[in-house]
Amino acid sequence: MSITSSTASLPQRDSIRGAPPAGERAFSIAFSAVLGLGIFVALGGLAAILIWAVSAGLPRLDWGLFTNAPSTARIETAGFRTAIFGSLYVIAGVIVLIIPIGLGTALYLEEFSDRTSRFARLVDLNIQNLAGVPAIVFGILGLAFIVRGPVGIGFVAAAGSLTLALLVLPTIIVSSREAIRGVPRSLKEGALALGATPWKAVWTQVVPYAAPGVLTGAILSVARAFGEAAPLLLVGAVTFVTFNPRFWSDGYSVLPVMIYQYATRPQASFRLLAFAGVLVMLVLVLFMNSFAIWLRNRYERPLQ
Amino acid sequence: MTTSTSARPAGPGASHRGLQDPTRRPGEWAILQFLRGSATIAILTTAGIVASLFPAAISFFREVQTVHGVSFLEFATGTFWAPDFANPSFGVLPIVVGSSIVVVLALLVSVPVGLLSAIYLSEYAPARVRRIIKPALEVLEGVPTVAVGLFAFWFLRPTAQEAFPNLPWTGPFAILIGGMAVGLITVPLMASVSDDAMRQVPQSLREAAYALGDSKARVAIRVVVPAAISGIVAGIVLAASRAVGETMIVLLAAGAGNPNLSFNLFAGVQTMTAFIAGKATGDIAQGTLIYDTVFAVGSLLFLVTLSLNLFAIRFVRRFREVYE
Repeated sequence: MSITSSTASLPQRDSIRGAPPAGERAFSIAFSAVLGLGIFVALGGLAAILIWAVSAGLPRLDWGLFTNAPSTARIETAGFRTAIFGSLYVIAGVIVLIIPIGLGTALYLEEFSDRTSRFARLVDLNIQNLAGVPAIVFGILGLAFIVRGPVGIGFVAAAGSLTLALLVLPTIIVSSREAIRGVPRSLKEGALALGATPWKAVWTQVVPYAAPGVLTGAILSVARAFGEAAPLLLVGAVTFVTFNPRFWSDGYSVLPVMIYQYATRPQASFRLLAFAGVLVMLVLVLFMNSFAIWLRNRYERPLQ
Repeated sequence: MTTSTSARPAGPGASHRGLQDPTRRPGEWAILQFLRGSATIAILTTAGIVASLFPAAISFFREVQTVHGVSFLEFATGTFWAPDFANPSFGVLPIVVGSSIVVVLALLVSVPVGLLSAIYLSEYAPARVRRIIKPALEVLEGVPTVAVGLFAFWFLRPTAQEAFPNLPWTGPFAILIGGMAVGLITVPLMASVSDDAMRQVPQSLREAAYALGDSKARVAIRVVVPAAISGIVAGIVLAASRAVGETMIVLLAAGAGNPNLSFNLFAGVQTMTAFIAGKATGDIAQGTLIYDTVFAVGSLLFLVTLSLNLFAIRFVRRFREVYE
């Protein structure tokens, strides 16, 4: 397209020759203000939650929170110890499950499958849909399939791990796939050309360079699993345990469910306890999320 | 390696198969099977959800039909939801309406706020500001919903009553507050999906509009938003799907008790998720009617989110095809 022929049809507007008309400028300023308002509501909402959690949680925050067992009789010395132990067990199980399965799925889809094959497309569609299935539905799956039914391990911490692992798998798979896609093909091709087997090429060339992205996805998944309460209500975390649980037996509870239980009791001192728990949980989740985001931004630059 | 000498070199884009058949080596074969098995778990999870929900839901409909004489039509149109009362009633409308109110309220918050944030991020924000706001939105998305629920119940609700004492607040719960809190945490999803869609709009479209003398604001409204509309619609649908499935915020801020059909925004209203979380807390016995009721409501919830998700996935795919 030549420039000379198109200038003839350009509309003769003030904005081409010089400053935009006054009305247009007012509109632009108003629009920018509305955009600013949108950002303000989003970030202001986040700030309000954090400020509230600090001001509501600080009065009851002490070491006893971590070392004392839950109690309904002695509210003043009640804590979250067994729930924190429960959370640690559940999260440890989640980590052990999602890293091999999540990385395995991502590697299969990106490196070892024909992306147009029916199987790969079906897996892809399932992952996209599962990412949007409500957490509580995973709780129902956990109750029917893991606590009872085919797996049938009962209301134990391991059931919580399995349920949450299925819930957060799409998160780690999507992050890992993006990380793997960002590794230059030439690295793998170089290894293949030197005689490496397909798996050796992927394991020694692709996986190390994708590791920060995989780790980011893993941390985001763990943070989500750590703060999730709804599905665990269904798979047994409501037991009011006053002793440290074991992984394969006994009832268990986790931090967010314990907070929910304290918060729904009528006495005000339980409420304060719940708020202190919220503060502890938020600090941990925000730390994990910030670390994951920092890690991703640090390694985001594509290799050249 | 002796076998590699006889292998033909792989051309560009050729798969590893051109080099060597991996199934010949037992180690490679085992690893490939493990990877394929991992990928299968996504399919098995969906199958497991369907297999756990639907049989119990079918036995629910059979039982309410034979024992209580409630037909599917009465289930779908009944206006009193009290499956655990001594004289039970199985009209599902109250909790469906409750969930719908939450979705509408949530979208009223997340669509404008998320869309404006996305326009700002995609069209206006300098890279430096973008690098701060994007992670902040991700942090908002990661806030545990128990914390948001308590914030809504113990802070937003009293503050709103103080600010607007003349509104008809009834009881400690208010679905208005719960719905808006759900809206706040779906803002990041709405914003990131829309932002992705807008950033995929080719720069040439914007430049054409600038060349015709449009201001930055007009380009954003008249060129970028319409060009990214299918991505924006996908964002709205995903936000709706997220809102309908949200449990803890709704349970804490809107309660789980009210069995009546209610449109009162200033009182507690029960939703599908709050019903499930309120009833299925581990101690309900398998095979009882209330156990099956939980699964019937779960099936309904799953079908709603499944159709919303598939709709959104199709929209995003169509959008990608246009500009890639």
